[in-house]
Amino acid sequence: MSYSVTEPSQRQKWFAGILVVGYALITILPLVWIIATSFKSPADAIAYPPKTFFTPTVEGYVNVFTTRTRLTEEQLKAVGEPQTWYERLVRKDGLVISGPSRFAERFTNSVIIGFGSTVLCIVLGTAAAYAFSRFKVPLKDDLLFFILSTRMMPPIAVAIPIFLMFRSLGLNDTHAGMILLYTAVNLSLSVWLLKGFIDEIPVEYEEAALIDGYTRFQAFYKVVLPQAATGIASTAIFCLIFAWNEYAFAVLLTSGNAQTAPPFIPTIIGVSGQDWPAVAAGATLFLVPVMVFTILLRKHLLRGITFGAVRK
Amino acid sequence: MLKSTVDRVAGATPHALAKRVRGLSDRSLAWLFVAPSIVLLLAVNIFPLIWTVRLSFTNFRVNRPNAEVQFIGLKNYLSILSDKDIWLTMQATAHFLIWTIVLQVLIGFSLAYLINKKFRGNDLWTTIIVLPMMLSPAVVGNFWTFLYQPQIGLFNYAVGFLTGADPSSFSMIGDVSLAPWAIIIVDTWMWTPFVMLICLAGLRSIPSSIYEAAECDRASKWRQFWTITIPLVLPFLMLAVLFRGIENFKMFDLVVQLTGGGPGSITELTSINLKREAFEKWRTGYASAYAVILFVTVFGLASIYVKALNKVKQR
Repeated sequence: MSYSVTEPSQRQKWFAGILVVGYALITILPLVWIIATSFKSPADAIAYPPKTFFTPTVEGYVNVFTTRTRLTEEQLKAVGEPQTWYERLVRKDGLVISGPSRFAERFTNSVIIGFGSTVLCIVLGTAAAYAFSRFKVPLKDDLLFFILSTRMMPPIAVAIPIFLMFRSLGLNDTHAGMILLYTAVNLSLSVWLLKGFIDEIPVEYEEAALIDGYTRFQAFYKVVLPQAATGIASTAIFCLIFAWNEYAFAVLLTSGNAQTAPPFIPTIIGVSGQDWPAVAAGATLFLVPVMVFTILLRKHLLRGITFGAVRK
Repeated sequence: MLKSTVDRVAGATPHALAKRVRGLSDRSLAWLFVAPSIVLLLAVNIFPLIWTVRLSFTNFRVNRPNAEVQFIGLKNYLSILSDKDIWLTMQATAHFLIWTIVLQVLIGFSLAYLINKKFRGNDLWTTIIVLPMMLSPAVVGNFWTFLYQPQIGLFNYAVGFLTGADPSSFSMIGDVSLAPWAIIIVDTWMWTPFVMLICLAGLRSIPSSIYEAAECDRASKWRQFWTITIPLVLPFLMLAVLFRGIENFKMFDLVVQLTGGGPGSITELTSINLKREAFEKWRTGYASAYAVILFVTVFGLASIYVKALNKVKQR
């Protein structure tokens, strides 16, 4: 083995490793707790001392997708025996399912708005990033700074006129309105990230294509886009996560129709007070996809975070 | 289609000319590519901002559309700047801002320094540390109110377990003296990884040859740390502080879900206060003036900071 003065010693590595792993374990404890709580019964969830070992149940998941009502003994008899496994589960507590909750709907809204804005953001962002990277755009630096400065605005500060504007255009509480809004919010990030990725692709490839008789657009489409695919993919995931997590605009501009999951999940309440397993179940369904994405795509994502910030 | 027409023209022209005419010219393509983004940003970001400025000089209220809108000059601005409650929310924001930045820089840099020792499996553990910042602040913030419950909450139980205090004797979000720290703890938990990642990028950008040279000169490890590591990571660290500063000045979702500004208005940060004026009291003109003041403050502070940052970079 070659010896290097800058390579940390084994002892240092062990020491650093133990501290970092310790911090990581503490830091994911709240997340583990969300997932654990989603499988607890309401009684286990609020037990003292907090329960680490418990009999898992899917009651929380049933509760997050349904609304339930409490019935008296006679009424229960009149309703008859529960037919399905989830009806039997809530019947234990003397409840019957009175209908689906709005969770599935809110979740679908999140998916539609998240993916819609991501696609739009990537299309606009890639085009703008390519132009900024390759062409002499007049006032380039000013435009780039302008794009960046739109991120400094507190969402609440522009929410008032956006609220008024959307109301007069009929975009309040619609999917289209939210997609446009999230696209605009994410566009600065997407242009800056993608510009970085496209800057790294050698200009020579396109020049070769141009000499072979491609038009500029063909060169962009057939040469640059495939090269930038990884960069585009990781930028897309960033846009998706931001749109997925956004709360301020969602809570102010949507209510009945296009509301996404983040404003909805905290409003989940049970028949008697806050139903923590149901909240945790909703949160788990909402958060776990992002966690899985992050772990699977860690190389590209971590690069994206630092890259985007350091470039700016 | 425009392109095919141009192509046909190009096909008909002699070869020497063809090269210049084929497809769209670079200049028009550039505009075609940039324009949609700029138009969208103008429509959804800049136009509303100008509208906010205009509204800020009026007594307009959204919930009274039929009332006559009057231009009242700087009256909104004057009443905001002389309002004692607003100064209290500014103080709450400053307290939150300073402590989150201090804690995140200290913890974030230490973690990055340790991770840079390249122990086995460091990238997986880095990812696990990063998880909280990828999640929805509103959803996670809401769940933290459960962790902060006296007696049944995991946080109170852990504190009780470590210090021997009774877990039901304190309430992080119900106590006036603890609530400001409750939001600082959650924000630090969530955003330390961001500072850590940027510091890590900084540490990894230092070429090892510098340390090797220092080693030849027999500089102590301690000296190397202060004269090589710190100055070279500083620009990165300052960038991280800039981003966290801007983000936390705008802080809304996490704190709204955690404390809702309470108890009383002890954790009512400026964004929450602004939301209350605009969307609960519906004082649109007044809230617009408030928004303009906040925006000018962020923009001003950020510009001064960026100047300082550029000076550090040049050194």
